[in-house]
This record gives sequence, C-alpha cells and structure tokens, in this order.
Amino acid sequence: MSAVPLLKVNDVSKFYGSRIGCRNVSFELWPGEVLAIVGESGSGKTTLLSCLSTRLMPSSGVVEYHMRDGQYRDLARMGEAERRFLMRTDWGFVHQNPADGLRMTVSAGANVGERLMAVGDRHYGNIRATATDWLRRVEIEEDRIDDQPRAFSGGMRQRLQIARNLVTSPRLVFMDEPTGGLDVSVQARLLDLVRGLVHDLGLSAIIVTHDLAVARLLSHRMMVMKDGLVIEQGLTDRVLDDPREPYTQLLVSSILQV
Amino acid sequence: MTDLATYNFAYLDEQTKRMIRRAILKAISIPGYQVPFASREMPMPYGWGTGGVQVTAAILGPDDVLKVIDQGADDTTNAVSIRAFFQKVANVAVTTKTREATIIQTRHRIPEETLTAGQTLVYQVPIPEPLRFLEPRETETRKMHALEEYGLMHVKLYEDIARNGHIATTYAYPVKVEGRYVMDPSPTPKFDNPKMHMSEALQLFGAGREKRIYAVPPYTEVVSLDFEDHPFEIQHFDKPCALCGAEHVYLDEVVLDDKGGRMFVCSDTDHCEDRREHGHAGHLLAQQEAAE
Repeated sequence: MSAVPLLKVNDVSKFYGSRIGCRNVSFELWPGEVLAIVGESGSGKTTLLSCLSTRLMPSSGVVEYHMRDGQYRDLARMGEAERRFLMRTDWGFVHQNPADGLRMTVSAGANVGERLMAVGDRHYGNIRATATDWLRRVEIEEDRIDDQPRAFSGGMRQRLQIARNLVTSPRLVFMDEPTGGLDVSVQARLLDLVRGLVHDLGLSAIIVTHDLAVARLLSHRMMVMKDGLVIEQGLTDRVLDDPREPYTQLLVSSILQV
Repeated sequence: MTDLATYNFAYLDEQTKRMIRRAILKAISIPGYQVPFASREMPMPYGWGTGGVQVTAAILGPDDVLKVIDQGADDTTNAVSIRAFFQKVANVAVTTKTREATIIQTRHRIPEETLTAGQTLVYQVPIPEPLRFLEPRETETRKMHALEEYGLMHVKLYEDIARNGHIATTYAYPVKVEGRYVMDPSPTPKFDNPKMHMSEALQLFGAGREKRIYAVPPYTEVVSLDFEDHPFEIQHFDKPCALCGAEHVYLDEVVLDDKGGRMFVCSDTDHCEDRREHGHAGHLLAQQEAAE
C-alpha cells in the first residue's frame, strides 16, 4: 500500500429538500482497500455511494481523488468531460441490476470492448483478444463472446458487467449491491471471483450492501449507516465480532443462522 | 402574374426562411454539428423529404437551376413531385443534368459526376443522429457529441465484424467531419462516402421530422470510421452497367422476368443517359440494337 489515500471524503452531506440522504460522512480509502458500507434500506448507503461516484452532487463536503498524476482533485470541481473520462477509465461502477450497466442489445465482446474503443483502441483483433481474455477471467466461456447479455443468466450478466468495468484496469470500483437478486450458490461464486480479482489487480473498492456476509467476505473495513449517519466504522472482523453500537449489535444478531 | 392570391416565393414565408438560413449558417460554421431548427409542416408526409424541401426552399433563388433525385433517378415519384412542387411555388428552372444544376436535392445518392464549386447538394435525412440505434436518449447523445465520446460508434462496427466477419454497414455509414463531429451521411450507400471528402460543393442536410440541419462546407475532411485491421472500403460490382457499360459506379439491380433474369444498371440515371448519348453501350443495350 502506498502512503497516501486514494479517496479522501470530508464531511459529505446530501439533503433531498428537508430530508436527509446522508450526513457528515468522512473517511479515507487507501489503495488496495475494500470498504463495505452496510445498513438497512433507506439508511443512505446508496446516496453516499452516488455522492462519491459523482452520480450525485453532495449538498456540502468535499470528495477528493488521487489522480494518476499524483494530484488530489476535488471531484465536484472537475469538468464534466474530465469526470466522465475518469469514470470510464480509472473507475468502475457495478450496478445491482446488470441491465443498468450493460448494453443489452450488443454482444458480450462489444460490451467488454466498449471502454477500450472509448479510449481510442481501433484495432478489432486486439479488442477481441482482450475481451476474450476478460471473459475467461470472469469464467464466461469463450464461445459466448458473440451472444447478447439477454441470453445470459443473472450471474453471468453480473460477471460480464464486472469484466466490462475492469477492462481498462481501473483503480477504484464502486459496487452497489453486486450480489443482490442472485441465488446463494451464484452469489458465492461471484464473491469468490470478485475477491480474487480485487486481490490480483490491487483494486480499491467501495461496496454497498445490506448483506453482512458479503461485507465479511470481501471487505477489509466497514462502515455501518443508520438514518444517514455513519454510526460505527472499523475493521470488518472487529465490527462484526465485537459490535459496539446497539444498532450494529441488532444488525449482527439478526443474521439468520441455518 | 394573375391577381389571384399566390404562394410566397418558394412556398415558405420569409420569416421561416430567415430562421432556416440562420440554422444553415450555424451548421456550416460547425461542420457536422446538428443544429436544431423549427421545422414546419410541409405539404407532404414526413419521410418524403420535408427537411430537404425546407432547406432547398430557404436557399433557392429565382436564378437557380434545380435538380431533384431519388435513389439517383430523376424520374421516380419523390423526385418528380418535389421538382413539380418547386416549379409551381418558385417557378425556377429545373433540369436533370447534374452539370447544369446549381442546387441538387437528393435522397440516397450523390451524383456520379463530380460536383463543382458553386453547386449545393441538399440531402433529405430521416434520422440525423448516428448514435441513435445504440443510445436512444437524446440528452445522452447530445452530451456524447459535446464531449466527443464516440467509442459507441465503433461498438456498432465491432458488432458488424463479430456477426458478419466484415463491416456490414452499407448505407448511413458514419463519418467523422473535420476531425470533430461524427455524422450520419443520411442513407446514402457507403459507396458515396469518399465523394463527400474535400468536395468542392456545399453539402446541406435537412431532417424535417427530427428538426435538425447539418452541413459539410466545401473542402472539408470527411473520413469514414473503421478499424485498423478492418479498413473502410466501398462496394464493388462484378459487372459494368448493363445499359451504358460504366464501371466504378453504383448499380441498381433490376429484375427482368420471373425466371431469375436480372440486370445491373446505373443508379444515377442522368449519368447513364449521358454516357449512352456519347456512344457507350452495355451488353444488354448492344444485344437490343443487334436484334433490331
């Protein structure tokens, strides 16, 4: 790990009129670190993720990103062109619903290749080779490269979405409930895959989830949110094994044991 | 002139023409950029060239000589009716000769004869947005044009190669204008794309239903998009035109009988007739003459 944080979040709040989305959130994300944001529905997890990933503008507070040139940049002050470029090269965003993140009417290969073409790759053979390689890495068979995601199962779509995001070797990936809507065995496989990729590529990731098992498996550190506030944060194992706040204790104790 | 009420010159009122001319000027200043304009109802249905007709009406003067083609032909319904329309409402001279025309309104073709300085080619455009079939949101495509995010255009070409082994787009083949805007050259065959590059003539595009005007000024770089390992190429025909024997022109297939007989003839009728007048003959014409 390098000595400076990748993302610095300082006192970020988002209000929807008089309603609170999230309030006074501050943290730092370090290179190679996976942070989980957990909490119940409506606790502000997704609002926070949207503020961090510039999909929403925070009402107050500053989010700074450590660019590849070594400078910290305030995301809110970046031009739209630069922000969009950042989003499709140095960042990834994995949606809960793969249809939101994929182009459902073009082939899997083109879905993976789109980012490459967007940054100026103009060699069909190379694009296809990279796409093939990435499909293999996310355990999709090579002969499915010309199939549309419509023909894929939910788990495959989600894996394809991950491949599409990782093809430009981003440094930071945002994931919004990546395993939501998948059955348990597919979830397990996906989690295994994500964990391997994050480890191999040295990715930093921010994962929003309400599933504590996902947080346990993937994340190094976690934040617990309630009513828009971060009520507890720390190393994942510490928070889950020794929750301090009453609400966290409730959350941990309400996991179904089979 | 009789005392009867008549149309304003070239049908449109002067304020409308002014508005369209302003849009055209803006379009010429920013080659390939789609300028919105307040498209009017025209006395013909959408899809029959309402955009092209409005552009033509706005630039037409009493001294102009108008030629109208539809798929290269001067004698098909669309061409005949638009030509008749302007004869009636503007009383301008019309012609079928590419060389003599000052304004050529076209649907689907660029004439074979090289256009020269002073001529204006007006295209009728159904869907001006090249990104439309991949990105249905207008807000998003406008942003993509503004930020020059054209990766998606190559996704379409990628899909072509993945499915067919080569770039199978044969018409409305996307081009990049002056190194900046990606533009849909309207449904002209890609055969005509190279003619747009550095053309001496002014090229104007009007989309009536979609309310957009765009332009390629004379001597503008127009480059067809492609991949390094799958370069752009135009259609090639095995045989010359059956009537005039022309090679390296765009040919239409014409079915002759119900026994599989067919011939390929120039799609540009003026070009074909001109060649025949100058004594060129294709194999079918030669046979016919021999029979007589």
